[in-house]
Order: sequence, then C-alpha cells, then structure tokens
Amino acid sequence: MPVYTLTVNGEERVVDAPADMPLLYVLRDLLGITGPKYGCGVGICGACTSHIGDNVARPCIVPIQSIGAQPVTTIEGLANGGVLHPVQQAWIDEDVAQCGFCQPGQIMTAVRLLEQHSNPTDAQIDAAMSENVCRCGTYVRIRAAIKRAAAASGSR
Amino acid sequence: MSHRLNRNAPHDTTPESSTTRRRFLQYTLGGSATLVLGGAFVGADDAEASVSLPELGEILDFADVIRLAETPYANNLVLEVTADNRVRFELPRLDKGQGIATAFAMLVADELDADYARTDVVLSDRRADRPFSITGNSAAIRALWGPVRSLSAQARARLVTAAARRWNVSASSLRTSQSKVIATDGRSATYGELSADAALVLVPLISVTPKSISQYKVVGTARPRKNARDIVTGAQKYTLDVDVPGAMPTVVARAPDIKGAVLSWNGSVASSMPGVLGIVPLPNGIAVTARTFKQAFDARDALQITWRPGPVRGLSDANVRSTLQQINTPLTPVLPLVGSLTATYEFPYLAHAMMEVMAAVADVRGQSAEIWYASQSPNYIAAEIAQAIGIPASKVKIHVPFAGGSFGRRLFGEVAIEAALVSKALGRPVKLMWTRNDDMRHGRFRPMSRCAIRASWLAGATLSFEHHVAAARNDFRHGLGDALSAAGVNVVPDLFNQVGFVTMISLPYRFGSTSTKLVEREFNVPTGSWRSVYSGVMTAANEIFIDEMARARGYDEVDFRLRHLDSAAAERCLRHVASAGSWGRAMPPGHAQGIAIHAEYRSAVAYLVEIDTTGPEPRLSKAYCAVDVGVPVNVSGLSAQMQGSLIDAWSSMFRAGNHLDDGRIREGSFGDFLWSRMNHSPITTEVHVFPAEAGAQPGGAGELGITAAAAACVNAYARATGTRPRRFPIQEFA
Repeated sequence: MPVYTLTVNGEERVVDAPADMPLLYVLRDLLGITGPKYGCGVGICGACTSHIGDNVARPCIVPIQSIGAQPVTTIEGLANGGVLHPVQQAWIDEDVAQCGFCQPGQIMTAVRLLEQHSNPTDAQIDAAMSENVCRCGTYVRIRAAIKRAAAASGSR
Repeated sequence: MSHRLNRNAPHDTTPESSTTRRRFLQYTLGGSATLVLGGAFVGADDAEASVSLPELGEILDFADVIRLAETPYANNLVLEVTADNRVRFELPRLDKGQGIATAFAMLVADELDADYARTDVVLSDRRADRPFSITGNSAAIRALWGPVRSLSAQARARLVTAAARRWNVSASSLRTSQSKVIATDGRSATYGELSADAALVLVPLISVTPKSISQYKVVGTARPRKNARDIVTGAQKYTLDVDVPGAMPTVVARAPDIKGAVLSWNGSVASSMPGVLGIVPLPNGIAVTARTFKQAFDARDALQITWRPGPVRGLSDANVRSTLQQINTPLTPVLPLVGSLTATYEFPYLAHAMMEVMAAVADVRGQSAEIWYASQSPNYIAAEIAQAIGIPASKVKIHVPFAGGSFGRRLFGEVAIEAALVSKALGRPVKLMWTRNDDMRHGRFRPMSRCAIRASWLAGATLSFEHHVAAARNDFRHGLGDALSAAGVNVVPDLFNQVGFVTMISLPYRFGSTSTKLVEREFNVPTGSWRSVYSGVMTAANEIFIDEMARARGYDEVDFRLRHLDSAAAERCLRHVASAGSWGRAMPPGHAQGIAIHAEYRSAVAYLVEIDTTGPEPRLSKAYCAVDVGVPVNVSGLSAQMQGSLIDAWSSMFRAGNHLDDGRIREGSFGDFLWSRMNHSPITTEVHVFPAEAGAQPGGAGELGITAAAAACVNAYARATGTRPRRFPIQEFA
C-alpha cells in the first residue's frame, strides 16, 4: 500500500493506506482521531465535516490520494491549546449540544461560514448550515451560537 | 445482598494505594433485591381491566409503572465521595442527549451541598441487581428523584456527623457548602477529607430528610450540559470511539429484503482481500472484520451471496394501509339532529435515524462477554446476548457509553448481539457498526397507524368523542427492561401493548362520552417505541381534530379549548403561549398561527407556531412554547428538549416518512429520509418554563413536546391553506 504524509492538526502523520481510502477511516481507524463521526458515509449528513486546506470537506468521501500537501484540520485541531475557538465557546455558552454527535461537523462548518461572513444573515446561515443534519433538532441554538460568536469576534 | 453490595460495603472501602484513585465514602444502601419482581406487571394487569377508560392515563401513567417497578431498588444506588474531594454518582440510565447526567449532577450537588463543578455523574454499567433499569417513557427524573435526593441527604448527614466527631462539636451546629463542612468557629473540612470517617458512621446525628424544593439553589437553574466542552472539542467518546485494545472494525452484508436470510454464499474473494481478518455468517447476514472500516466495506461488497426472500416480501404500504382500515374498530353512528365531525389521520412508518448509527464493541472470551453498547435496557440486552452465544446472563458485562441519540431505538440492541456472535466466532474483540443504510433499511420503525375520530355535539355541548386507532403492532419485547416482564410481552403482547396504550394516552378535555380503542396487527416489519410512542400519533391526531371541530362549530381554537379543558396545567400553558405569541393577530395571506396542547407524564405543554406557506415549501417562522413539568431541574436542558421536539414534529408531520415496497424499506439515508435541516427550522423558538411550586413533584420531559408541537404545526398549516391534512408527511401528500 502507498505511504502518505499528511499534516493533521498541525502535526505530520505518516500512514500506509490504499489510495482510495476515504480520509474519515484514515483519521479514525489508522490515526485514532475520532472527533469526525461516521453518520452516512456518503457525504450527505455532515457529521465528519473537517477542513482540508481552505475548504470545508466531508472526509467520508475524500480519498487520501487527493489530499496532497493540504493541511487537514479536524475538530480536535480547532482550539488553540486550552483556549477554545470563539465558535466552540459560543456553543458552550448557548448550550447547543444535545447528543452532540453532529456538533463537531456543525462547528467546523460554522467556523468557515464566519470566516467568509463575519456577521452572517439568517439566509447566509441557512445556506451554509443546511448540509449538516442534527437529529436532536438543535438548530435554533446553532443559529444563536453563530450570532454570538459573530458578535464576540466583532467586539474584539 | 449481591456480591457488588458486599464489595461496596463501608467496611470494605479501605484506602487503596496512592497510585490509584482513592474512594472512601461509598454507599450502596441495601435494596430489598428479593422483593416483588413482578409487582409492576401485576399492577398493569389491574389496569387492563379498565381498558376502555381514557382517563386511566391520568391516574396511572406508564412512567408510574416504571417508577413503581423501581421502588424496591430505590436505595440500591452508588454515590461516592472521593478522597480528592469529588462527588461521583453512577446513573443507572442512558444519557443519549436528553441531558439526564447533567440534571442528576445538579440534583446531587444541591441536595448534598457539593461543589457542582466537582460533582460527576457517570453512566452505570449494567446492574443485574437493578432489574428495571430501563431508560424510557420520560421517566428518569420521575423514577430516581426521590431515591437520589434521599441518598444525597444520607451522604451529607454522614459527612456532617464525621466532622462533628472530629471537632467534638454538636452536629446541628455545623453547616455545609461547596463540598465543605463548616463550623461556627470558622473551621472547615472538605468532603474528601471527611469521607473515610463518614464511611464509618452508622447512625447520622442530623436529619436525613431531603431539602424542600424551595431550598434548592442549583435545581431550577439553567446549566450547560456537563459534557459540553468534550463535545465541542471532539473529546466526547461514543461507542466506536472507546479504545478497546485489539477491537477490529466489523460490518455486515445484509439482504435487500427486511429480515432476509442467507441462502448460500462464497467468501473466497473477500477473505483474501487486504486487511481482512475474518468472515462470520450471522442469522441475517454475513459479517466481515478487517483492520479498517474501509477494508471491511470493500470485502463485504466482494462477498457473493444469494439471499432468501424476506418474510415481508409481497407487502407494501398500500397493503398495510388497507388492512388497518379493515381491522379498525368501527365508530359509533351519529344520532339524527346532532352535529358531528369524522376524520381519519394516517401516519407512515418512521425510522428513529439517530445520528450515531447502531454500534457495539464486544469481547467474548470463553464463558464471559464484555460489551460496550449504549443501551436503554441493559438487562434485557444481556439476556438476549447470553442466549445468542450460550453463556449465562450473569457473565455478560455491559458498559453503557454516552449515546448519539436514541429516540427509543436503543430499547433494543441487535447490533450488540451481532457483535457478540462475531467476537465469539473470531476469538477476538470487534467493533461492529451498522451503516446508515443498515440502520434505515433493517432498523425499527414507529408503526404505521390510522386514527379514526368522531365527535358529536348539540348546541354548545360536546356529547361524545371517539378515537379508534389501528396500527402495526409496536414491539415492546424489552418489557420494563427486566427478564420477567419481557417474557410476559412475548407471551401476551396484546395485553402489554394495551396497558402501554391506555397508560400513555390522555384526553384532558370534558368531551362527554369518550371512547378510545387500539387494534394492532403484526406485519413483521420491525417496530419499536418512537419518542412519545402512542401519544405522538394519536394524541397529536386529537389536537388536529379538535382544531377542525372548533372551526366547524364556529369557535376560536383557543377559546374552544379553554371551554373544554380539564387540566389546569395545560390551561396555564395554553394561556401563556396565546399571550406570548399574540394569538389571533392579523397575518398576511398564506401565513397563520397554529396552537396545540398536551398533558402527559405528569407534565403539560403548549406550542404556538407561525407558518409561512407562500414560499417554495412551508416553513415555520417562529415558535413559542410553555412547559410545566412540576419541578424543572435544568431549565436549559428542558428548553432544549422542547426546541428539539418541535424539529422532530415538523420533520415527521411535513417531511419525512418511510415507505414499504414489496418487503423492503425504500429510504436509505438522509438523502431520501428528509429530516429537517437548518433551512427548515424556525429562526427562534422561545420556551417559557414554569418554575416549581411548593409541594410539586417532577413530571417527565424528554418526549413531552412531540405531540403538541406536531399538532400545532399541522394546525397552522391547515389555517394558512384552508386545507384539512389527513395523511402525513404533508409535503408528500399535500
């Protein structure tokens, strides 16, 4: 099997994996990075959402061979040491999570939304967040947390 | 007294070495484990005699049955005060996102005067000495409220007594706060420092009576869930994230038909593929274990399998619908000169579809099994596993990880049985995951149901209200989580289901002569309780019907309810949302308000929603909810349940349902099971939580919101469009 060198959450990781192995199983089964979740395996639920390079991506449908030198950031790589990302803090302050299984993906999507729109409208939130399913129905709190994070970033 | 009780007895809790976490004060007060195992079932049998009385649910509801079943084990709980001054409670229930671990941490800390930040609640492993440890019917707080307060009060009294002896002062002069005992002269000691002495206290020197609700400072506030930080950093461990050394990824090839079995198979290609560690035939498929899930999927797909037709082959939605129509109990003919309204409402099969697919880790060695499975009924699952792999149930250890949702699905545990079978066959630990397709096509479903309702009236007086339900049989074979009632369900399913039905439903209105009947039929499509079980369908139908009846008789929908309501709590909730949401305010064409109430689980709730039907698809713009659960423990968690219930309601009534096509389930994932997403959700959902009043008892909350939310959404749609929805989900059949 080919050997790949990935940069995951700022660390170089060397893995021996089939070229078509989706990143999700590389992360979870080979590297022990379990923040990204399996929810559908076909890129429609968003539970594994992570960042590959500058893009929000679905690791369950991204083969390892397509990643190249792009850095990979999972939910585990979002905080700066012990200091939470403002979106993570907003999620706690709004007590967003119920079962929490979708929330790593929701947060990674929201982080990128706020990088593109520092003060997103409801329509922009709808557009960016509607590819992530939450089965507990935490959407009103996700929306509130995004607005809280936007306000916190704006006031800095 | 079981082995566990002996192990935990105070005399046995001597300090361990300093390298291990030291535990001192640990109570497991002796429960009367030999008493009245079948008590609940006998009680339920009494209820069956009154099966035609819809009011019975208001006298004895299903959670009362669970609470009564728990009663003999009330003190058989584990609460520790550790030497490092933490309080640790083992919760014999599953937290699957509903937030009970946080709620119990609040309750323990409050009653014990412990530092909330240093109070931990962990999910207990299976306890054979707590046979009725079932998580269901929104009963967790109700069943354990008394026992946990009592246990915490006992612990506090012993800690105070230990301090009094140490300082040679009167126990009644001491006070407690933030995990410390404090003397009048300012001396203090932490609970951790006192724990070893407290474990030796046999008779506390102060009262062990729990506080009154008005004395609580944590209970009744809003706290973020305890594991919020773990969740947002990815540190929260779910079943497949647990690090069990050597446990290898496993998936199962399954038939296209529901319950299809293997006729013949050839695994020669699959077995030689990279990473493959083993292939194991199962009753309903063939399992492949490999080094990664990717390799397991590839080998699964390379298996050559010929399937037997499934037992449901030939059956489709249309057949089930027509059968339900035929078997439903006829409604009573209406007298001449009397006003009447008749309507039927049809609900599809509906998957639980929790975000975390079914998964289990199993390590079967010789005559024992160690299982990790997020179960709502671990004793039932242990019995099933034991039977499947041929060992005694006493040798099945089950760890209960935090779960990524459940909605009733985890009352059953097929995946844990499969994992145990594979582990036994391969002689190694495995972690078995159902794919989303497995979950959707081979899972369980809320039963397809048909609700026929007829009411009659003369002038302003409602004379009669009849509701006859025909439904696919709901599978209650988990019983109350114990072996005996599960066996009872197997023998007399109709009895158990009728008891469940009658104790769950309620009609909190003065509607004259009322009649409620359930007829169920077994279609061999796997079913299971779905959040709010019977009431989520039939009581929702009542509330939709009541709106239609109000309009037919020329009443305002709120006014009509207020004239007939027979529940003070529901009335209070209704008045609150009507005021908060400005009921009756002018709305543009295509927009409308909708309102509904529900009373169950000793709680009540009302929703008022606003809908906009002018866009490409209908959408709620905002929502108001008022909820009375007697004693709210965590206001934030409770509000979250009401907000989430509204999303469930919208999804199930407007968007999502499953289809049976010739013995197969059509939907496979979230691409065709159209659960609501952000762009289908209201922008805001305001929830008003009524605070506890003196003498109140806690009601249930987890399922409470579904019924009223579902009806409020449909009522808003009906008012906005002038239609009368009869079949759900609306967006499929409108």
